Amino acid sequence: MRRPTPAQTVGPYFSLALDWPQAHQVTHEPPLGVAICLRGQVFDGDGLPVPDALIEIWQANGAGDYPTRGAASGYGFGRASVDSEGRYTFLTHKPGPVTPQEAPHIHLTLFARGLMNPLVTRLYFGDEAARNQHDPALAQVPLARRATLIAALTHTGYCFDIHLQGPLETVFFDV
Amino acid sequence: MRRVAQPATLGWAPNELPAYRSSAKRAPQAAAIALPSHLMPSQGPRWGPEKLRAGAGDLTTQVPGGTAQGQRILVHGRVSDAAGRPEAHALIEIWQANAAGRYWHPADQHVAPLDPYFLGAGQVLTDAQGCYEFLSIEPGAYPWGNHPNGWRPKHIHLSLFGAGFAARLVTQLYFPGDPLLPLDPIFMGIPQAARRARLVAKFDLLHSPPEWALAYRFDVVLRGHAATPLDAH
Repeated sequence: MRRPTPAQTVGPYFSLALDWPQAHQVTHEPPLGVAICLRGQVFDGDGLPVPDALIEIWQANGAGDYPTRGAASGYGFGRASVDSEGRYTFLTHKPGPVTPQEAPHIHLTLFARGLMNPLVTRLYFGDEAARNQHDPALAQVPLARRATLIAALTHTGYCFDIHLQGPLETVFFDV
Repeated sequence: MRRVAQPATLGWAPNELPAYRSSAKRAPQAAAIALPSHLMPSQGPRWGPEKLRAGAGDLTTQVPGGTAQGQRILVHGRVSDAAGRPEAHALIEIWQANAAGRYWHPADQHVAPLDPYFLGAGQVLTDAQGCYEFLSIEPGAYPWGNHPNGWRPKHIHLSLFGAGFAARLVTQLYFPGDPLLPLDPIFMGIPQAARRARLVAKFDLLHSPPEWALAYRFDVVLRGHAATPLDAH
C-alpha cells in the first residue's frame, strides 16, 4: 500500500478556484426530502467568527441513498465559503436515513487557513430526537459533547454553528 | 473494524502546529473520534467534463488579449489510490500566485505587481488512467506575516476529489531546490522528510514541450480504494 500524499492548509486565497456559483444550492437525485435551509457560523478559540473557512457538505437524498456511482453529477454535494462574519448557508433537502439504524445526517468538511488538515463532522437534526438517540455514530460520542452535532430547528431553518475550540468545541471525526 | 486515520498515523502534519501561528486558535483540542468504517460514506461526489470551464487547464491564456508573464511550466502526473490503481475522472482544482508572488485576491496586499493576464485559477479532470496535466507559470515566493521576514516557498495549491469520501485532499505542490522549503512551517509541519518529499514536484525535462515550457511531474496518492466496487448507499 502506498502512503497517501499529505494534506496542506487551504490557506487564505482558495476562493480563487473553489468558489463556484450557486454551489450552496445542493441538487439531488429523486426522491427529494423536504427542502431545508441550513445555516450557521464558524468560531475560533477566542469565540471570534472565522471569516475565511470553506465548508463542503455531502449527503444522501430523501430515500437515504448517496448518488449512484458513476453519475458524475455533483448530486448531494454542496460548497460554501463563509462571509466576513463566519456565516454560511446551504439550500438543500433533508436526507433520509442511510440505514435503518442511523438517524438522518449530513457530512460537513471544513477547510481553513490555520488548519493543516480538513475537519469532518456529522450534522444531525434537532427535530429527530428519537432517532438521534439510537444513532450508532452519535453513540460513539461522549454524551456531554453530542449536542455539538445537533442542528437546531429555528424559524429560519436549521442552525449549525461550528466551534473550532472552547467549551462548545464541535466533535470532529476521523475519516 | 475501526479506521485509524489521525493525521499523525498518516504521517501528516498535526492540526496544532505552534510554528504556524494561525493554527493556535483554530486547531481543535479534542482528538477526532473514530467511527466504524461502515458508518462513513464509501464514495464521494463525482463530476463530469461539463463541470470544467472552457480552457481551465491552461492558466496562461485565460484573459483575452495577452498571456501570463513568467516561466511557462507544464505540470503533469498521475493520481492513484493507496493500492496504485488510477483515480479516473478525478476533479483537480488549482490556484496559485503569479510570477511576482501575488494572488489575484483582494486580501493579498503584497507590494508586488499584479499580472492582468494571470488570474491564477484552473481545473482539470484526470483521464481513465488517472493522468492529468495543466499549463501555468512558475509562481513567485511571497512574504507572509507568520514570523519575521517569513516567506512562503513557491507553491501551487491543489484540491482533489477521488472516488472515495476519504480521498478528498487539499495540498500544495512545491518546487525542487527551493531554499525556502526548510524554513517554511507549513511544509515542515509534516514530521518526516520522506513524507514532505512527496509534495515536491520532480523536474521532468523529457516531458517538456520543446522550446515552449519546462515540465514538472507531481504524482498524488489519495486515500481509499478507487476501484473497489462500492455499495449503492
